[in-house]
Amino acid sequence: MSTLHIDRTSRWFGNVVAVNDITMDITPGVTGLLGPNGAGKSTLINMLGGFLPPSTGSVTLDSTPIWRNQEAYKEIGLVPEREGMYDFLTGWDFVLANAELHRLPDPAAAARKALATVEMEQAQDRKIATYSKGMRQRVKMASALVHDPSVLLLDEPFNGMDPRQRMQLMELLRRMGDEGRTVLFSSHILEEVEQLASHIEVVVAGRHAASGDFRKIRRLMTDRPHRYLVRSSDDRLLASALIADASTAGIELDYSEKALRIQAVDFGRFTEVLPRLAREHGIRLYTVSPSDESLESVFSYLVAA
Amino acid sequence: MYNQTVARLTYKALLGRRRALILFALPLLLLIVAGTVRATTGMDDEVTRELLGGFAMATMVPLIGVVAGTGAIGPEIDDGSVVYLLAKPLRRSSIIFTKLLVAIAVTVVFSAVPTLLAGYLLNGNSQQIAVAYAVAAAVASVAYSALFLLLGTVSRHAVVIGLVYALIWEALFGSMVSGARELSVQQWALSLAQKVAGSGAGITSDVGLTTGLTLLLVATVGGTWYASRRLRTLTLAGEE
Repeated sequence: MSTLHIDRTSRWFGNVVAVNDITMDITPGVTGLLGPNGAGKSTLINMLGGFLPPSTGSVTLDSTPIWRNQEAYKEIGLVPEREGMYDFLTGWDFVLANAELHRLPDPAAAARKALATVEMEQAQDRKIATYSKGMRQRVKMASALVHDPSVLLLDEPFNGMDPRQRMQLMELLRRMGDEGRTVLFSSHILEEVEQLASHIEVVVAGRHAASGDFRKIRRLMTDRPHRYLVRSSDDRLLASALIADASTAGIELDYSEKALRIQAVDFGRFTEVLPRLAREHGIRLYTVSPSDESLESVFSYLVAA
Repeated sequence: MYNQTVARLTYKALLGRRRALILFALPLLLLIVAGTVRATTGMDDEVTRELLGGFAMATMVPLIGVVAGTGAIGPEIDDGSVVYLLAKPLRRSSIIFTKLLVAIAVTVVFSAVPTLLAGYLLNGNSQQIAVAYAVAAAVASVAYSALFLLLGTVSRHAVVIGLVYALIWEALFGSMVSGARELSVQQWALSLAQKVAGSGAGITSDVGLTTGLTLLLVATVGGTWYASRRLRTLTLAGEE
């Protein structure tokens, strides 16, 4: 059982702050690192994997620093996002080479076991260059598992996978977590993280935005104020009717768009009140569209939460 | 220090890719030219010296050095696969040391050995010219491998920089501008060739034997040390 500690850690590249004063512990089980693209997830994973020193703060595995500590790799299995992986080798040669590099007593047996775990024995004698995205990902997994590590770090492991491959990998990671390994994977897709991780860490713009189980994160996301753009046959009348109701916190008459910009605080009630008030006042609704459903804007609410 | 698995991966990477074509093509060209010259003009020490000095030492050895030296690590850093070597309980210096040995072996096999064969083909090793150039090619292989391996760890454009150095500095300035010659691996190695062949053979170098060997040693040890240092602090982030 191993725990990764990130303690008051920042990392900047020149003037750009990629990770801003983050403190978190990654404990045994599956943890999802969630955040939009460019949020600092890869920087965090690179620091946890010993490929990047923190600018300030510390990143440790069971209180031993990871940066410039090759011995840490006895406990860490790494599945990088990048595709480069000795395409001229066969899957077997690749996993065997990884086992040998770990100086395992019986590298062939370890390679066989790891390839069986990811169910790649059938294709193990083919060159990696001929593999599909999902097969490459599984062989990467086998190479990360070959020395039976207590920590698994995966950077965007589901990128480019089809639904079946995704399900297989999720099943495998869930099993690894159940076995007591510390599994951390990054993703920018909430549903992915929600399906797999028992614990979620959210990172937005380099900051630690939220932490907890997926229900808590889900609630934070749906309870946030929602913004709508509404066009109707009588915008002023509709605005006056809506502002009287507690589900609405603010309304702006947008002259250039010829529309109302509405901020709803109670999402469920607002969706019920809007059509009812329109009907009661004889107003026709032409457009009702959410104006801030992008992932980035959803995440930005979490930063403030 | 030597790691067999790292060596195996490096050999496969070097000899299994398209760049291996250059490794085979240049020595083959040298041997074909040597055979043709021998068949048409017979044994001639002057021609032997010109072909081995002008083509083998000035062009072929540095080019093979660029291909083997940068190819031993550059592509792995470029495509990120080096992470599978680095994320292991393995000293970074042993990765560099192993890759250096592989690069040296490949450079010697594809440059010093063909130089020796071409020399024998051209004049039957008269005045030790073949052996002298082969020895020079071998020691130059060591220094080139270390320098170009280092280049592979510091720049993504290692091959281009290496080619510019090999073709412009070594082949062009090295034979025209006297100042440049003193800072040329080729000239350092030729100081040894001059010694091996003796004075009658007409092989000359712009630096003395002691200076030449010292500079070769400094370049090799310094290059290897700095390459290890680079690899120790190699960061793979910045893709976000």
